[in-house]
Parts: sequence; structure tokens; C-alpha cells
Amino acid sequence: MLRPAFLAAALAAAFPAHADADLDALRAELKEMKSTYEARIQALETRLQKAENQSADATAKAEQAAPLPQPEPARSNRFNPDVSLILQGRYAHLEDLDERGITGFFPVDAHSDSGRGFSVDGSELVISASIDPYFRGYLNAVLEDEEVEVEEAWFQTLGLGHGFSIKGGRFRSGIGYQNEQHPHAWDFATNNLVYDVLFGEGYGQDGLQLKWLAPTDTFLEFGAEAGSGGAFPSTDRDSNGFSSVALFGHAGGDVGTSHSWRAGLSYLHAKPQGREFAGSDINDVEVVGDFSGKSRTWLADLVWKWAPNGNATEQNFKFAAEYFQRDESGELDGDLSGPYSADQSGFYAQGVYQFMPHWRVGYRYDQLFRGEVAFNGADAGVTLASLADYDPRRHSLMLDYSPSEFSRLRLQYTRDEAQQGIDENQYYVQYIYSLGSHGAHKF
Amino acid sequence: MSLSLFKSPFLRRLAGLLIAAALLPGAAHAALKVFACEPEWGSLAKEIGGAQVSVYTATTALQDPHRIEARPSLIARARSADLLVCTGAELEIGWLPVVIAESGNAAIQASQPGQFMAARQVPLLEKPAVLDRSAGDVHAEGNPHIQTDPRNIARVGEALARRMAELDPAQAAVYQARWKDFSTRWQAAIARWEKQAAPLRGVPVVVQHKGFPYLENWLGLKQVAVLEPKPGVEPSVGHLARVAAQLQATPARAVLRAAYQSPRPADWLSQRTGIPALALPYTVGGNDRASDLFGLFDDTIEQLLKAAP
Repeated sequence: MLRPAFLAAALAAAFPAHADADLDALRAELKEMKSTYEARIQALETRLQKAENQSADATAKAEQAAPLPQPEPARSNRFNPDVSLILQGRYAHLEDLDERGITGFFPVDAHSDSGRGFSVDGSELVISASIDPYFRGYLNAVLEDEEVEVEEAWFQTLGLGHGFSIKGGRFRSGIGYQNEQHPHAWDFATNNLVYDVLFGEGYGQDGLQLKWLAPTDTFLEFGAEAGSGGAFPSTDRDSNGFSSVALFGHAGGDVGTSHSWRAGLSYLHAKPQGREFAGSDINDVEVVGDFSGKSRTWLADLVWKWAPNGNATEQNFKFAAEYFQRDESGELDGDLSGPYSADQSGFYAQGVYQFMPHWRVGYRYDQLFRGEVAFNGADAGVTLASLADYDPRRHSLMLDYSPSEFSRLRLQYTRDEAQQGIDENQYYVQYIYSLGSHGAHKF
Repeated sequence: MSLSLFKSPFLRRLAGLLIAAALLPGAAHAALKVFACEPEWGSLAKEIGGAQVSVYTATTALQDPHRIEARPSLIARARSADLLVCTGAELEIGWLPVVIAESGNAAIQASQPGQFMAARQVPLLEKPAVLDRSAGDVHAEGNPHIQTDPRNIARVGEALARRMAELDPAQAAVYQARWKDFSTRWQAAIARWEKQAAPLRGVPVVVQHKGFPYLENWLGLKQVAVLEPKPGVEPSVGHLARVAAQLQATPARAVLRAAYQSPRPADWLSQRTGIPALALPYTVGGNDRASDLFGLFDDTIEQLLKAAP
């Protein structure tokens, strides 16, 4: 709008007035020019307006054609941690036995299996979230009658980088394969004999874990843990140091698109002090006492999974096996006292096959080797019937049906030969339900 | 420059020194390592990055992205990634959180620039009004299968090119130039596909899984039935029979499924009703013709046109 006026001023300045007549002529000329310019600018403006209207129409039309809302910012309630609850229960048809034990091994006083008939297993409450850009937090609490057991409560670093991460608090140790899995993720209704005698359910550390993942295309992970060792085979020592140290390494990868694997080797060193046990002597009289000394466990594990083209939806197969060797030496105290040493081993191997969507069938074989167990310079079986020279084993066959990834129903038959002189047929019906935002499972 | 120049030992050493000098002050350019959750994003990153990126694609077109295991190989690859390109919107919720947590890689953690979620770049359809698992495998943020609309690919690509430039400023010009080139060709292709697909507007179709809302929205296809009674729930024969009966009243012209899905439900229905079953590639690599993003839509449109009246 300023332009014609400016132009006129400039022209006026450029032509100094010599005579009035000249000036009048010039003024007339200028006036004409001005009006021409104004007309042209007006025409241009109308055209511009028209074009603008047209493009607005086009945008409106485009918006109509794709009635899509705009991307929404993440909702504020996403700050709430992920919460999930796992309901588990079972019906067990077992024989009427006074007691169940695993002959040749010290019993682990942890989660003793619920009894016969219908029972509700611990309900797992899991809460997890990022704490801030640097840490993640996780809680797994098991709710049982009149008690809440904190299975895991830890933080993990997110931002160390270079493949490093630190976990601290109470956590399932990274040793072995099944150790980090909670019972709802097991492929069978009951635990295997290996974990039964090694840890009861799984080994939990109260301490710190440092893990490092190598920068290679093949998965190579190394970890070290130090903990106060409150759980079997360790004990809380009421000391400032660590009484449980674990080291582990895992390797893994794919073979083609259909196969994947992971293998590992782990070592757990514990220094139990006054670790209580109960057993029976050869006259079937109960004997109680405790063990102090060193406990060293080696674990080797292998997992192999197959799914056609890597698509596990229709069919898939999983093989898992773990072998352990544990050697303990120290002193027994209590009803019996004297030097004690044990060199024991065992393994389990299992295969689970999903033959059609939702349906899986699996078989597991557990075998323990009682090995050398010496007490007071003689075979421990001479004094303690519960440590008799016997190799426990178990066969389990299961069929499960998962209507969705949040529910599972399972039937299991187990031929249990864990206790000397008793061959028991066990039948289980189990349910596992997962409510809420159930997190992803590990491999 | 002629290669024979380098036959002289002196020149070869000089060249070696120059290369070393170029490498030393950090001017060295290591390829941007991209971990793509799905093949479409892997392809898109390659289109934008060209030789400047090395792309690892975590899944194939024959795998159900909902149901992948957090395999050790994925964790190992995520460990060294500079940029993670995934769909998001809970599509990978069953495995990606473990992969990221176990990777020990600070760059790809949530809300880091190295974590790029495609679903954040586009408006999502089918946001559930009520969140309840009784409705099946629903995604709280909306339907995550955004890659079946090429306009979404363009939206994601634009944001991805910006993100790649941000992470690798030395090559920013390359990414922008390559993106511009791709974008021009892509827009032309969209215009071509839309023209070809004009007869598909309003064509009624049946889908096996609710995985095609973006494709339907783009081409104006009309979804008249879903084979899965609920998302992620396998159709039973009873349910399929009901769908078949329903289709007598409201006929459809095609049954659509993704390449990774079981052919059984769609084929069963196809045999019963005579409606052709189409296995759409769904993503890059879904069939031989869908070897890149252009091929993906060329093949999709061509297959769909078989169903056009």
C-alpha cells in the first residue's frame, strides 16, 4: 500500500519544479500513474485473495478426505507404573505321605510345595517403571496367607551405556537359565529337582549385580554379583562383607531364521554359617542341626528354540537343559557334629512343543546324582537316612492350553522317584492368570 | 581420478596418510547403526540413509511382530545401535522392553533421541474407548499397523530423516537430500497408486485380523467383517461359519490377510463362499515382489485390483 505513495514522493524529488506549468503537467501525469498503479495493485490483491481462498478450500477438502486426529501427546497417566498381578492355583492329586523329601540332599527350607487337593499358590504382584532417565525400578511381591514375601525389589541403571548395567537391591541372580524365572513362567506346574535341591525355587541375591554385554553380533554377556547371601545355599552372616559371590557368562544367537539358542556357565560361591537342616537318622528319628563352611556351585545351561521362519504363533519347540555340580565342605553342628563334605551333581532336560496355536505338550526328565557325601570321615548315609546313597529322579509330562497370552491351564503327570523307596504318581491341574500390563518375558 | 595413480608407492602412502589424517580428528564417518523393529522401517531408513547407515532388521515379513521373543541375537544387535526405529503403540510390547532393558545401550532408552517410534508421527485410528482385555489384544494408543497407508510412510519418513540428521549431523545434508529425492518419487507413486486404485473405492472386504484400517482408510475399502472374533484371538470354525452366513447378506469381494498370518481361516472362508483370499505382503519382504517399499504397494494394489468389480 505504501508503494505508490513512496513512488510518487520519489518521482517528485527526482523532478525539481522549474515552472508551474511544468509542475501542473507533471502532477496530472503523476496522478494518472498513481491511479493506474492502484488499479493494478487492487487487481493483484483480488487475485491473491482468490488464490488464498482456493487453497484454503483445498486444505479443507484434504482434511475432509482424511478425517484423522492429530498425534496425541503421551497421556499423563502413563507415569503410573506398570502393574500386573498373577493368580495361580492348582489341584494336586498326590499320595498320602507323611513327608516328602529328596533323598541324598539337604532340604532347602524355602517354598515348600502346597499340599494335596485344591490350593492357591502365591499371587505375584509386579510393579515396574522407569524412575527417571537413569534408573528403572521393579518390585515382585508374593502375597500369601498372612504374609507378603518380597521376591524382588531392585533398581537397574539405564544410562551407563557401553553395554554396562548395574542392578541393586534384591533380585533373582543371573546364574543358570531358569533362575530368573518366577513360577508363573515355568513350563511345568512343579519345579525341577535341580532347582529344588540347589535353591528351593530360585536364588535371590540381596546385593549388587554388574553386567556387561559385549559389542558383538553374537550375544556375549558377562555378569558378577555380590550379595549378603540370605538364601540357601548361603545364609545371612551378620557381617559387613559379602557372603555370596556369583559369576556368569552367557552366549547366544540365531541359526538361520528358525533357530535360536543361548548357553551359559555360572558359578556361585557362598559361605553359609549356621545353615539349618532337618533330616532323619537310620532309626527314623528326626535330627536337626546346622552347617557352616563353603558351598561352591557350577551351573551349565543350554536353551534351544525353534519356530518355523521365526514365527512362533503356530508351532514352536523349546529345549532347555541345565547341569550342576555342587561341592560343599565344612562342619555340622547340633544333634550331629563333625566335618561334612559333599560333591553332588544333577541335571534336568525338557522339551516343550507347541503343536498348534494355544496348545503345548512337554516332557521333562530330572536326575540327581547324590555323589560323595561324607560325615565324620565315613559315608553320611551310615548316620543319616535322609542322606542315603540314592539318585533321585522324576519324569513329568504336561499338556497346557493358553486361550490367550494372559491365561494358561495345565495338566501334568509326574512320576516322582525323589525319595528312596517311594515311587509316586502325581497329577496336577494348574491355572495361571495374568492381569494388567504383564511385562515381556525373557528368552 | 584414475586408479592407476595409486600404483605409485609414494602416492599410495600419501593417500594412506591423508585418509589417516581425515580419520583422526573425528571426521571419520562410521555408518549410523539402525535397529529397525519391522522391515518397513528398515527399508525406509535405508532409503534415507543409503550408504551412510547400516540397518539391522529385527523381524521379517513372515513373523508376527506382536509375538517375537526377546532373543539373545536381538539384544546383541540393540547393544550397538545408534538409532532404534520401531512402530511403538504397544505393537512390540511383548519383547522390545526386554531387548532395550538388556541392551545396556544408553542411546536407545525411552525419550532418548536414539529411540524413534513411528506411531508417534502419525494420527492413529481405532483408539479403544474402553480398555479391557475381554476385548482381546487391543492397543491402548490405537491400531499400530500404520504401514499399510503410504501417506503414513511419508509422514514417518520426514520425521525419521530429521532424526537421522540430528543424530548424525555430519551427514545431515545427505539425509535431507536423499529424503527429498525419495519423497518426490514417493508422492508420485502415491498419486499413481491412488489413480490405479480408484475402482477400489467402496469395495467391501473381509479381513482376518484388524490390521488394515489405514489401508482401508486410504483406498476407501469397506471392511464388512473380521475373521478374528477379537483381536489376536484365533477364529473358531463356529465363528467362521457365522461370518460366512453374514457374508450372504452383505457380500464381500476379498478376504485380506497379512503374509505372516495363518492361511487357514481365510482359505476356509474362501472355499466356503467363493470370495478370493488375498495374502497381502503387509510389509517389505512379504512376497517376492515386495522387495522394497515401492514394490510393497505395487503388489498390494495389484492384488487388490483383482477384487475390484
